[in-house]
Amino acid sequence: MISSVIFASIAVYSWKLLGYLIPARYITASRQQLAERITVSLLAALVVLQGFAFQNSIVLDARAASLAVAAALLALRVPYILVVLAGAFTAAGLRALGF
Amino acid sequence: MKANMTKQVISTSVSVGIATGLYGVSFGAIGAAAGLSVPAVMLLSLLMFSGASQFAFVGVIAAGGAPITAISSAWLLGVRNSFYAIRLSPVIGPRGLWRLLAAQLTIDESNAVSAAQEQPKDQKLGFWLTGVAVFIFWNFATFLGAIGGNLLGSVETWGLDGAAAAAFLGLLWPRLRGSIWLAAAGATVALVAIPFTPAGVPVLLAAAIALLPFGGKK
Repeated sequence: MISSVIFASIAVYSWKLLGYLIPARYITASRQQLAERITVSLLAALVVLQGFAFQNSIVLDARAASLAVAAALLALRVPYILVVLAGAFTAAGLRALGF
Repeated sequence: MKANMTKQVISTSVSVGIATGLYGVSFGAIGAAAGLSVPAVMLLSLLMFSGASQFAFVGVIAAGGAPITAISSAWLLGVRNSFYAIRLSPVIGPRGLWRLLAAQLTIDESNAVSAAQEQPKDQKLGFWLTGVAVFIFWNFATFLGAIGGNLLGSVETWGLDGAAAAAFLGLLWPRLRGSIWLAAAGATVALVAIPFTPAGVPVLLAAAIALLPFGGKK
């Protein structure tokens, strides 16, 4: 696992360094937009994976409630850390109640 | 007036550092709950040092994904840092070794604080101060979270899986403006792919969706 972590870290660092090495003329608006698009669709997929996946099946459990609460708080512009805590609290609370 | 601006850059940088550090606690706890050792979780914060990529890495591992899918997900999420670096390159200046260090500190927060300043001097100061502040608080917080997460034990009892889901939604939220259809498409692809592909692959398929010319910003 440690070697995977190091390898992944080098991979992420390579993007950062690349930006300092390439001349500005290779940067186009469309490439910049593509980076933003990849970020959005990856994060959306990670929300689904973390919220609804259990191994190879899709399940509806306490995590779905965490997401609903988080969405409501984000819409109210509640700070990020409180949103994350509310996510934990919701799932833990529902399970303690036996859901 | 100028001294005031500098003072304001310092206070912004430190506040951003503290706020980001706070959620480093959740990263540490979620990482430990995903089954990673404390050193592995710490290495992610010290070496990878890019929140979304780190969450993606432990998220895929927690879902039972292969290391290569975890690595690819983290790597793809890091692509935006390249564009921050391009913007920051003239701000940081040409000195070699400093650029290697600047690269490591090039993240959402340091770029955002820098971009918000008017004077080049403040842009540079904002970048370095925020980068260093976030690095210190983020790593300290990760350590506390990882130790705490290990002591807590069960992911489900403490709702750490719910916290991770909320964490990803929180990262996605500010990017949704104008990109709601793209996000919906990414989510749908992942949902459809989950039953048919190995863990982690749905995330990579969603990344591929971003290459198609539809939805999102123009």
